[in-house]
Amino acid sequence: MATQNTKTLARLMMAPSVIALLVWMVIPLSMTLYYSFQNYNLLTPQNVSFGGFFNYQYFYTDPAFFTAIWNTLILVVGVLGITVIGGIAIGLLLDQPIFGQGIVRILVISPFFVMPPVAALIWKNMIMHPSYGVFADIARFFGVQPIDWFAQYPLFSVIVIVAWQWLPFATLILLTALQSLDGEQKEAAEMDGANFVNRFIYLTLPHLSRAITVVILIQTIFLLGIYAEILVTTNGGPGYASTNLTFLIYRTARLGYDVGGGAAGGIIAVVLANIVAFFLMRAVGKNLDK
Amino acid sequence: MARKTTTQSKIVWTVIAWVVALVIFFPILYAVITSFKTEPEAIDGFSLIPSGTFENYITVQTQRDYFKPFMNSVVLSIGSTILALIFAIPAAWAMAFAPTKRTKDVLMWMLSTKMMPAVAVLLPIYILFRNFGLLDTRIGLTIMLTLINLPIVVWMLYTYFREIPGEILEAARMDGASLWKEIVYVLTPMAVPGIASTLLLNIILAWNEAFWTIQLSTTNAAPLTAFIASFSSPQGLFWAKLSAASTMAIAPILILGWFSQKQLVRGLTFGAVK
Repeated sequence: MATQNTKTLARLMMAPSVIALLVWMVIPLSMTLYYSFQNYNLLTPQNVSFGGFFNYQYFYTDPAFFTAIWNTLILVVGVLGITVIGGIAIGLLLDQPIFGQGIVRILVISPFFVMPPVAALIWKNMIMHPSYGVFADIARFFGVQPIDWFAQYPLFSVIVIVAWQWLPFATLILLTALQSLDGEQKEAAEMDGANFVNRFIYLTLPHLSRAITVVILIQTIFLLGIYAEILVTTNGGPGYASTNLTFLIYRTARLGYDVGGGAAGGIIAVVLANIVAFFLMRAVGKNLDK
Repeated sequence: MARKTTTQSKIVWTVIAWVVALVIFFPILYAVITSFKTEPEAIDGFSLIPSGTFENYITVQTQRDYFKPFMNSVVLSIGSTILALIFAIPAAWAMAFAPTKRTKDVLMWMLSTKMMPAVAVLLPIYILFRNFGLLDTRIGLTIMLTLINLPIVVWMLYTYFREIPGEILEAARMDGASLWKEIVYVLTPMAVPGIASTLLLNIILAWNEAFWTIQLSTTNAAPLTAFIASFSSPQGLFWAKLSAASTMAIAPILILGWFSQKQLVRGLTFGAVK
């Protein structure tokens, strides 16, 4: 097998990546941890003092904190619900023999390649705007009062935009998984007289379970960090109505210049992300052994 | 009879699929259409037929110096991708062809760095960047984008390299090829497709990255993500111009993306779905 020489060389080859990522992970995270115990405001940088758990307490007792946690949860679950169910439906649709399949596929996956600020601004100005948006045009056509989406349903509006961006990802992965479903099995089930619903529940869904798990876990990682979409549409408002945890920490740190508070929030976010990551690693890790 | 229903159902499915696809694609289409409208037209109710003016594209360049953020995006996405590949190719090669007991742990650990919420290290990075004079510089942002995408690049390359049969290397070794020759003449040609796919996907990811680019740049190094985000507070009527800027910002990557559907699935699922 591999000689000692090869092993040493292999280590050398891995070293740059490993060291780069180690530095990238350890230094900023330790700084965050350190700051989280300091009273440190960028506006008064001369008054830095040890604050103990004050920052955590401050974050924990801030009513905005629970609003933000709740909003994060609604945002993640809402987008996951829409994208997984929509992704399965559209995946099944694209798995049918249709004319122009290639083009349909391209149209469906396109939103994923639109950078977040562009996606959010298109929706904000051209689709959901209360006077000039397409939704308002449709409402007026039916003689209904147009809805001011971002004022009345800010979190829902953000969910719609983010779901639009991630629906292609879910669709593409679930479609890939669908296409690997054994055609003979499908035919056999059809021969046995299994109708569409039964085929879906007993054959397709179990086959998709792994892909669905992967979609949920990977999207969750990205959805916990939604930022640009909120920044350019509602800016977290009205009040804290569409502020998620990421945005609250950004507000505390960059708009409030509160280094300590932002750091404490950051540590809380790391803990939450780790819980999700734990499950993701197990799912992906299993695949490695195969 | 069976064949007839098949053709019929195919037409029905085709119609449904096209309707769904067009609804999903509509916001992009509408932005492109709006970019060819005049400003008064853009807010004058629903219309799919623009007057066909190119003025917005010219105005965006003359008034907002569109070319500058565009070039920043090009430099940052290509620069960070090449840098990430330089770091990742040897690492992925070693993990794929000289795996040890720890290889899996290293891979998992790399993946875990991708899961660190960016916002948790926002302040340290901001302060470090400020102290080292990296704020709003292309170098600073290139380093940042390299680091956040490095785990994905290593993983993706690893899944490609793993598919190259090890026997070929053994054979080359038997023939007395040195390690260097092995890499240059045997491995590289077989690895090129995988590297190209990784390159493509990473350019897309770097081009669209919208947290660090917005946080760490103001004007000089601001790529298109930050440039477009600066349009979020509307001053006057400018939707047609915004649409023109948006169209130019997404067009190159949209086209790249169409060519990289398969790699996208593989890269973003860390090889879990192929």
